[in-house]
Amino acid sequence: MKQLFSFIRKEFHHILRDKTTVMILLLMPVIQIVLFGFALSQEVKDTKVVVLANTSDDATRRIIDRVDASEYFDVAVVAHNSNDIDAAFRDGKAKLAMVFEDHFSENLKHIGKAHIQLIADATDPNAATSFMFYASNIITNYQQELSPTQTNSGLIMPEVKMLYNPQMKSAFNFVPGVLGMIMILICAMMTSIAIVREKEMGTMEILLVSPMRPIYTILSKIAPYFVLSVINFATIMLLSVFILKVPIAGSFISLLTVSLLYIFVALSLGLLISTLTSSQLAAMLISGMGLMIPVMLLSGMIFPVENMPAFLRFLSNFVPARWYIDAVKTIMIKGLGISSVLKDVGVLVLMGTVLVTISLKKFKVRLE
Amino acid sequence: MNISDNNPQTAIHCESVSKKYGKILALKNISFDVKQGEIFGIIGPDGAGKTTLFRILTTLILADSGIASVDGFDVVADYKEIRNRVGYMPGRFSLYQDLTVEENLEFFATVFNTTIDENYELIKDIYIQIEPFKKRRAGKLSGGMKQKLALSCALIHKPSVLFLDEPTTGVDPVSRKEFWGMLQKLREQGITILVSTPYMDEASLCDRIALIQNGQFLRIDTPENIVGQFADILWAAKSDNMHKLLEDLRNDEQVKSSFAFGNSIHVTVENGQLTVDSLKKYLIERGHNNIEIQSIEPTIEDCFMELSNTQI
Repeated sequence: MKQLFSFIRKEFHHILRDKTTVMILLLMPVIQIVLFGFALSQEVKDTKVVVLANTSDDATRRIIDRVDASEYFDVAVVAHNSNDIDAAFRDGKAKLAMVFEDHFSENLKHIGKAHIQLIADATDPNAATSFMFYASNIITNYQQELSPTQTNSGLIMPEVKMLYNPQMKSAFNFVPGVLGMIMILICAMMTSIAIVREKEMGTMEILLVSPMRPIYTILSKIAPYFVLSVINFATIMLLSVFILKVPIAGSFISLLTVSLLYIFVALSLGLLISTLTSSQLAAMLISGMGLMIPVMLLSGMIFPVENMPAFLRFLSNFVPARWYIDAVKTIMIKGLGISSVLKDVGVLVLMGTVLVTISLKKFKVRLE
Repeated sequence: MNISDNNPQTAIHCESVSKKYGKILALKNISFDVKQGEIFGIIGPDGAGKTTLFRILTTLILADSGIASVDGFDVVADYKEIRNRVGYMPGRFSLYQDLTVEENLEFFATVFNTTIDENYELIKDIYIQIEPFKKRRAGKLSGGMKQKLALSCALIHKPSVLFLDEPTTGVDPVSRKEFWGMLQKLREQGITILVSTPYMDEASLCDRIALIQNGQFLRIDTPENIVGQFADILWAAKSDNMHKLLEDLRNDEQVKSSFAFGNSIHVTVENGQLTVDSLKKYLIERGHNNIEIQSIEPTIEDCFMELSNTQI
């Protein structure tokens, strides 16, 4: 046991003396959360709107007021002709334009039909879709209030409700995603690099020609990154609860349990990579290309798994982050208990067991 | 099984060991025995197979064929036992550069289930020289100090057999000399030492040596015997045009071999074939000035050249 503790202490020395790396590892979750939370935000909030209403009347004013009052939009420009709209889009003063036809209110009252043209800046198609969706929603609501009795007209008003994330806050989606990514990065990538470094430096030779048991070598390599991952988990939780206002709806213990399980899977992945490679560069490339990209693209963090082509959807089954992110969403956002994520937990347990078995089998007691 | 396997006097036993890397034969039928408490040197140029042999004996790699044992334990079946009792210093400086001198030593002490205090006596002579720098990181040490630290780490658990793979490569001449002094002291403590080196001048400091080239042992004997077996006459020749001198000497049919050796050319001549004067005359005919020819005692390197020449 003394061997193990001494080895673990040595590993902490390695990490703590490499100040740059420690800073990067500890600040990475903070930077990612800030980036995703504020800079790369996809949520619709105070989007600038330009309105053009040639005939200012009761109905147009009401709709404009509603749009302005909603938290999604902010009426920034009142245009007088279509050139103004063009200019507003070009100068980035607006992302959405609402053009009311002439005599809007009158037409609505007398003909029972009036037109609003919605123009969105679709350089970001996802955002444009959201703008349209919200704007139509506001208009439909108004229309419904105007003629609440018109239910027999056959006109079906869809009422859309955003379950669990009524404001469609993207934080609800990316917090689990960032968790899934950071853990893989720290556990798998850093662990594999740390073990391969011993091979590259030649110290593995001395360690092998010693009574040190291989399992001790593995455990001590893993220990510091396990601690770092737990610290990062805590950082992300604190940031998301207090800065991004994403509450932990479900049980924290369940969330922690699932996260520890995921850390275990990620560590065993790192271990496997380290047994397959003999240079730090190779370990970095394999964990970078082989882990980061699938985690980002196939885990449902950016693209929903449900929308993927069948082949990619099949592949995503092998990405641990996919199951973890799903479990975190279920527990943290939906607030369901651990019983709702049994499938995710089962898959992760299976993955971890298989990976650990393979890497322990493959861990060489000799150089070749 | 060989008799020497059960002989407690044999520290290292090696029998017909061969190893291939792909198509390249790294070791060819290597057999030798090292007695307990002996300094045994493996002498040969880079790429001769020294490191491969060390790795087989330290259980790091498996031989393709042959038997080897250390302290009576088989390198394949009893590898764990061997790892408990040997000390190994690989060719490259293999300590943790970002740990201090003291931390490195402490770490290796615990790895081998011991403490610095327990075996301090053994490493004292070596460690005392680097102790003033014990708070310094190993990466910031000079070559000689790194080597002393590496040796201290390899010795900290009082190994019965010490494997030193090119311990003096890249080390200054003064430290090299000191280092060999330390090895002599360790031998007095009963530690068997297998050491490899590309420096022929270090060979005479070993009890016995094996000359190795292209994965084959050329000869195993004491340095004195190897030098003694040098049957030919050896001269050191010099002239104004050394390059032409070597060419002309090699063209002389009576000269057995000639090699550039420091600032002279070592010429071997079979007994009774040629005299200094007749060689001088031959060289003057070829237009050489300031010719100096001296009779010299052969060194290990001369023997090595001689032996490797006959191998080809």
